[in-house]
Amino acid sequence: MPNKQIKEENNYFPESVRTRNVFRNLILHLHPVKVRRASLKFTHTFGLGGMVALLFVLQVFTGLILRFVYLPVVDHAYESILQINQSVFFGQFIRNIHHWSGMLMVILTFLHLLRVFYTEAFHSPRRSNWVIGVVLFILVIFSNFSGYLLPWDQLSFWAVTVMTSMLEYIPWAGGWLAQLIRGGSDVGPVTLLNFFTFHTALLPMSVVILMAFHFWKVRKAGGVVIPGGKANPDKEYINTVPHLVLKELVVALVLVGTILLMSVFFNAPLLEKANPALSPNPAKAPWYFLGIQELLMHFHPFFAAILIPLLFVGMLFWLPYSRFDKMSLGIWFVSEKGRKLCLRVLLFTIVVVPILVLSNEFIPDMIGSASGWKAMVLEGLVPFLIILVVLWVWVIILYKKKKYSKNEIVQAVFTFLVISYLTLMIIGIWFRGEGMALMWPWKV
Amino acid sequence: MTRRGFFYRIWKWLAVIAGLEIAGISIAFIFTGKRKEQKSDQLKVLARIEDIPPGTVFPYRIGQLYLVRLKNGGFMALSLKCTHLGCSIRWYDDSQKFICPCHASEFDMRGNVNKPPAPRALDIYKVVVEDGLIKVDLGKRIKRTKFEKSQVTFA
Ligand code: HEM
Ligand code: FES
Repeated sequence: MPNKQIKEENNYFPESVRTRNVFRNLILHLHPVKVRRASLKFTHTFGLGGMVALLFVLQVFTGLILRFVYLPVVDHAYESILQINQSVFFGQFIRNIHHWSGMLMVILTFLHLLRVFYTEAFHSPRRSNWVIGVVLFILVIFSNFSGYLLPWDQLSFWAVTVMTSMLEYIPWAGGWLAQLIRGGSDVGPVTLLNFFTFHTALLPMSVVILMAFHFWKVRKAGGVVIPGGKANPDKEYINTVPHLVLKELVVALVLVGTILLMSVFFNAPLLEKANPALSPNPAKAPWYFLGIQELLMHFHPFFAAILIPLLFVGMLFWLPYSRFDKMSLGIWFVSEKGRKLCLRVLLFTIVVVPILVLSNEFIPDMIGSASGWKAMVLEGLVPFLIILVVLWVWVIILYKKKKYSKNEIVQAVFTFLVISYLTLMIIGIWFRGEGMALMWPWKV
Repeated sequence: MTRRGFFYRIWKWLAVIAGLEIAGISIAFIFTGKRKEQKSDQLKVLARIEDIPPGTVFPYRIGQLYLVRLKNGGFMALSLKCTHLGCSIRWYDDSQKFICPCHASEFDMRGNVNKPPAPRALDIYKVVVEDGLIKVDLGKRIKRTKFEKSQVTFA
């Protein structure tokens, strides 16, 4: 079989035998020789995982180039970015590519996670790979966040000040952890060096190792999920080269083209040099953390910045190991009923969350200057428990009265949480202006 | 237990111990190598008493603090850093309060929280008044939950 296989493939590479072999070798390190035809449908995966992998390669290349000029020292960091922008050949362009593909990487990794979730691809035999994926998602976010500090402008300095202060609200270990990451009690020279090391060594290295693991597990599970899993009627296998590889090339070209165009027309932001004595007004975290920053306006910091995010991540890890009624592998939204429920939850959430945010403006803060435990209970525990109870009652009704399956209910709750976060994030990005007051986007 | 099982177990535990040692050494390295916080008792002269009339708030941004003279004539040095998440607060003379630009916490002249989310009063520095000069110990930021009379220094 292999001989015939190779012959067939060779026709697609008109170069010399040598190049052909090298190229095929590379591909076949990542892909099996044959894949199931049913797995190639674009709308099963949208090619999202592959796009993220490509973006990572792009980040490593552009990051490496930036490192030749960038200086991770407080007195020179900002100036070296200015130099990249102004006097290095293609400096601004390379920096733009790094910036925009860093941003796209966060978005696409998140979409990839959603795709895997809604096609129920986290069941056995892909359980451990889902866990690896969640870790990768966290690493990508922190890769972006650690890069955020490096330009050392007002944007990056204050975003990191706010984010690292959140750690201090972790009971017992928080102060210590914040000190360790910052290398002191304020963001300063040591923080910059720490973040540079995270950003250009520790995190990319971890990502590479986990990515290798991730791909290997995909192969071990017999490729990506397909509707019905093994029971899918289309049993045919087709050659990876050219069928899969051509599709990948098209996706890659479109993605790279998009990034190049963005980088030609839009410059990565750079404000004035960081000034520790003067917070810009408003001072915002990076956009992907603005949902948390918005939560901070309504909840005690321990709940907003620590407990709620940790619970959510914990749920993601535990998800594949909980018991489900059925394994609806590879079917978007489990069923037609599940899809409709998700749609209703979506509409409900994008209406209710802004109403809650608005109503909190008009209910004066209950506690005045209550401090310590009292604030934690009134501004944290009480609203948190109220939301939990409402969610719980809703789940019971869905299960007992409306006879939804567990798969559909888990999906609905997940949708509610994710859309809540995205709504809060959008409010944080576009509807919060000076003094963090609510206002219309064109006034921000 | 077989002999092989026994040795296997020993090797396993040795590996665990070695791993912990490496982690411990790395953390100790990072922690002690980086910590260079000044704990000095150096007093810095900020102003003369007569420069600061009662009821005024005076920014000293290099030291990241506000020098405050309360209406009763007492002095306080308040840290600029909001106790919520560390942004720099700003004094607004017309409304007589500090407002944080990040999540809109408000503090009064003594550093007490007027409006959350800030969980506790602004940190302070020790103020000493000698020979008509106001001196502040910039080396040590003191945490507190709320204002107390003992935090005020009188001339
Ligand atoms: C895991 C993937 C990566 C992501 C998501 C990422 C993201 C980012 C982001 C968001 C910035 C801030 C840039 C800006 O605001 O303009 C940045 C800066 C930077 N990154 Fe990365 N990066 C990644 C990988 C790397 C790698 C592998 C290196 C080097 C080996 C690197 C080197 C740098 C340097 C030197 C800067 C500072 C230059 C600048 O601010 O434009 N990055 N990165
Ligand atoms: S940092 Fe001051 S209110 Fe949040």
